[in-house]
Amino acid sequence: MKETNLMAVQWVALQTIVAKEIRRFTRIWQQTLLPPAITMTLYFVIFGNLIGPRIGDMGGVDYMSFIVPGLIMMSVITNAYGNVASSFFSNKFQRSVEEMMVAPVHPGTILLGYVLGGVARGVSVGLIVTLLSLYFTNLSIHHLGVVVSIILLSAILFSLGGFINGMHARSFDDISIIPTFVITPLTYLGGVFYSMSLLPEFWQGLSRLNPILYMVNTFRYGILGVSDVSAWLSFAMMLLFITLLSGYSLVMLKRGVGMRQ
Amino acid sequence: MQIQMETPMLPALAVHDLSKVYGNGFQALKGVSFEVQQGDFFALLGPNGAGKSTTLGILSGLVQKSTGSASVMGFDVNDQAFGARLNLGVVPQEFNFNQFEKVLDIVVTQAGYFGMTRDQALPEAERLLKSLDLWEKRDQPSRMLSGGMKRRLMIARALVHGPKVLILDEPTAGVDIELRRSMWEFLRELNAAGTTIILTTHYLEEAEQLCRNIAIINKGEIVQLTSVRQLLAQMTSETFVFDLQGNADKAPELEGYHAQLVSPDCLEITVERGQSINDVFTRLTGAGVMVRSMRPKANRLEELFVSLVRGANA
Repeated sequence: MKETNLMAVQWVALQTIVAKEIRRFTRIWQQTLLPPAITMTLYFVIFGNLIGPRIGDMGGVDYMSFIVPGLIMMSVITNAYGNVASSFFSNKFQRSVEEMMVAPVHPGTILLGYVLGGVARGVSVGLIVTLLSLYFTNLSIHHLGVVVSIILLSAILFSLGGFINGMHARSFDDISIIPTFVITPLTYLGGVFYSMSLLPEFWQGLSRLNPILYMVNTFRYGILGVSDVSAWLSFAMMLLFITLLSGYSLVMLKRGVGMRQ
Repeated sequence: MQIQMETPMLPALAVHDLSKVYGNGFQALKGVSFEVQQGDFFALLGPNGAGKSTTLGILSGLVQKSTGSASVMGFDVNDQAFGARLNLGVVPQEFNFNQFEKVLDIVVTQAGYFGMTRDQALPEAERLLKSLDLWEKRDQPSRMLSGGMKRRLMIARALVHGPKVLILDEPTAGVDIELRRSMWEFLRELNAAGTTIILTTHYLEEAEQLCRNIAIINKGEIVQLTSVRQLLAQMTSETFVFDLQGNADKAPELEGYHAQLVSPDCLEITVERGQSINDVFTRLTGAGVMVRSMRPKANRLEELFVSLVRGANA
């Protein structure tokens, strides 16, 4: 009599989902890995090399060194989000999500698999952008633990956001609305290109409501040792949001929102 | 948690008083009940919108039931979903694989969802793809396959984890006759090897050729649940088409039979239960009508199906 272990099945299923996700974004590398490399190189050339020297120091460092951490973080969060949102919605659209639904895969395994796929793409793009930045500036790491943990937590958080977006989306337009109207503005206003100290007090207070500001600044702290916000507050906020979004995603998955009739 | 996969005394499928009301208020199922025994080859027939796919959707976990219960090999599809799904393979009506994935990857990935590692899945995937004539296409993206190949890919994908029960929702829709016959042979062999098979089909000949038991569903209710043999025994009459040697001016007078000349060289005769086809030949010969060939007007099950559905709609 054949016996099957629930946890063993979930472990193999998780590996399968992650491998499938990595296979997907590496197969279409021209759409997933190449564009951020080109865009970020342009940022480095235009803002760092051409405009940067005219700006001078920012936050106590030269402008190129100041923007590199922000641009790496921007790459990680947009790619983690985009990977999960587009992959999950595409699977819904083609109905291949049913392959998992007819199998003994726990909703938590599905969620974790997609999130890890998003983290894999976010971190891959982050590494590519970091390597490119080394051509333009010398990066030294102030606190490796902070760098690694903030990158992973940011990628996890935005992968969860992408998953929720993909789960609720009914058309391809729906998965571009949040990145265009929410993530991009928050990223640009999140201290990627300027120090918060440049802003009047009212706008500084308003900026403190922007979660991306905390990620960018904490990552910058890990690289340069300078930040506008507390690293501990950043970690606490991110863990809270990760918990909330994970819980919401699991409840929606169990209900089969957008998937089960 | 350990799940035992074989429960030989239980029915392969059990559906009790199942109902489904969709969000738009449409009631697709109205208390459907039936059982499928292990090893059976079972047909679920019904016109479009009768509730076939909804029933199969509930069994496979793609549709949420409203009330009632459904189980696979004794495992409730909701409360014991893990056990139910391990035992079930599903071939849906519409293509539902990633069009950009390669054929072999689709099958091996599905095995992974059932807990089979790539090394465990590859030999089984190779065996199935070879049996279904798809091995040469293993490295092609699935969108490059023909319609028939895509249907066979879905069968390979559904079988890769070795399910005890296989559900096929119109597996041969849009498939040419030769391919359909080879798929029938594949399914017969699979059933003979012990897999319980449940299929829905629009080709009633398919149900008659393959299935031992049958449920006819109409407007969300079971109108007939019996064996194919018993169902055919319910036939009270059957119409035959006679191709004539030369032309006839009018239908010959055959007392006790309903005969109609549909063209100068083609005659339709309805034979009631208790009447003999030999008697028809004798009388035709006596009337000077020579017969070149003869065939049933329609598939026998088709005639019964139409009469049952009409009866239920009346």
